[in-house]
Amino acid sequence: MARDLSSSAVAREPLGVRIGLRVVTIGYVVMLVGWPTTLVFKNAFGDGLSSVSDALTDPAVTSALQLTATISVIAVLINLVFGVGISLLLVRYEFWGKRVLSTLIDVPLSISPVVVGLALLLVYNGNDGWFGPTLEKLGFQIIFATPGMVMATVFVALPLVIREVVPVLQEIGDDQEQAARSLGASGIQTFRRITLPGIKWALVYGVVLSLASSLGEFGAVKIVSSNVSGETQTATLLVQAKYEGFEQTTAYSVAAVLAFAAMACLVIVSILRPKEQSS
Amino acid sequence: MTSVAVQDPSPVGNPGTAPGAARKRRARSVGSLGGPSTLGLGVALTWFSVLVLIPLSAVIITASGGGWSEFWSIVTSTQTASAIRLTVTQAAVVTLLNVVMGTALAWVLVRDRFWGKRALDVVIDVPFALPTIVAGLVLLSLYGPQSPLGVNVASTRWAVFLALAFVTLPFVVRTTQPVLEALERDAEEAAASLGAGRLTIFRRVILPALAPAIAAGAALSFARGISEYGSLVLLSGNLPNRTEVASVRVVAYLENGNQAAAASVAAILLVVALVVIVGLDLIQRRVARRGA
Repeated sequence: MARDLSSSAVAREPLGVRIGLRVVTIGYVVMLVGWPTTLVFKNAFGDGLSSVSDALTDPAVTSALQLTATISVIAVLINLVFGVGISLLLVRYEFWGKRVLSTLIDVPLSISPVVVGLALLLVYNGNDGWFGPTLEKLGFQIIFATPGMVMATVFVALPLVIREVVPVLQEIGDDQEQAARSLGASGIQTFRRITLPGIKWALVYGVVLSLASSLGEFGAVKIVSSNVSGETQTATLLVQAKYEGFEQTTAYSVAAVLAFAAMACLVIVSILRPKEQSS
Repeated sequence: MTSVAVQDPSPVGNPGTAPGAARKRRARSVGSLGGPSTLGLGVALTWFSVLVLIPLSAVIITASGGGWSEFWSIVTSTQTASAIRLTVTQAAVVTLLNVVMGTALAWVLVRDRFWGKRALDVVIDVPFALPTIVAGLVLLSLYGPQSPLGVNVASTRWAVFLALAFVTLPFVVRTTQPVLEALERDAEEAAASLGAGRLTIFRRVILPALAPAIAAGAALSFARGISEYGSLVLLSGNLPNRTEVASVRVVAYLENGNQAAAASVAAILLVVALVVIVGLDLIQRRVARRGA
């Protein structure tokens, strides 16, 4: 376009400014994020592969990684179902208190994980919690057990699916859903054939982001977990315990596994996003 | 267009959420909840209450259980007051840094072209994805006792600053970047043709357009800074009165079995988070109204 050609002279800053900004910003990101992150992998593999594999086959470590994986999968599934449900309600229906609900949904994003843990503890602990003693009499232990850790993880990652799905639902509108319904499709059919394909990519991002967040949850889980090695110790809790117990290679190895999983999630999202935008 | 005449189903008018086309569509189909969707709303609200609303109310109620004077004496006790002061000042300083560096980064990512830009774009998201405890470990390995640079900030206030700068890095970049991308260059060109210098153009044309996005990013960054816990556990040493932040104080109170005191500090964090969320909502609504 002709306008672009003529504007390029105006829009480009002098070379000195550009190079200067480039150096400062790249230097900042490398020193703050890039270099330290690579060091974790170096520290993990510094003593050779065998010490890493020793560390990762330690029963406490495998059980922690398994627990983290289990909790994360359950939490992601719960957030997926409720995320889609709440998104549909927020976009397609009108009800009293909707604005408040849609604002409150974002609360977990800016709240301290420690506050999340404490909040759950106050309600569900078996001694003096609001519901805890009753639930324990019925045989459900929540705090210091897996359900509490799942709840903490779900709480922290709650808005991620919703924030991805809501804008897409708003954008695609409901003309096709209306058409399908007027042609006699049931609610479930309409959802499966029309709505779901439309929000497919948003769901994938939401799931990947929730997964990354769930795998790495620390503060909230720490408070509601009894942190017993081999039982209720997740991978992130184990990293802290091992580092403070001077088992640094183990700490760095598990941290490297978690960092690798987080990076994988990032790369998946960054590969998927442009594809969706161009289509 | 015929459907516009249909009465607006939302009595409150719902400002900000349904501009233009969305409102038209909405007016046609969004109505009363049917059977299955009412059930769905009930289930969703129950779950949201059980998971989020009731527990958060429990924090506020427990904090206020002993009355105002007890709450006040807890949060003004030397150790807690200094933890809150440290948290707020460090979060504020880091937010200022993010406003400058985040805007610069967004500018470099949008307006500059160089090899490795895409990698830079991905690396900026690392603090979002990395587990916070790993973030602490990551920073310890470059700025801790075994630093290859010989810089050891572990257990000092610099550690708090560093950890907060790490975890809040993406916020301003990610809110500002899309706005800068969408910014028309016409106004800049007009200003340049009228003889404005680059600094003037930046200050008078670009900055005002970016201001709401930068403000939103700053608010998110401040909220995150205030509430940070995981990355500080290993890095800051949690020394009372020196490097102990508010979240760590909450955990310390809990470990001593003092739930009421923990809830009091947590209530402050909760209120700050709510203020930020409402503030963001207002910024976004104002921007949406201006754009419409």
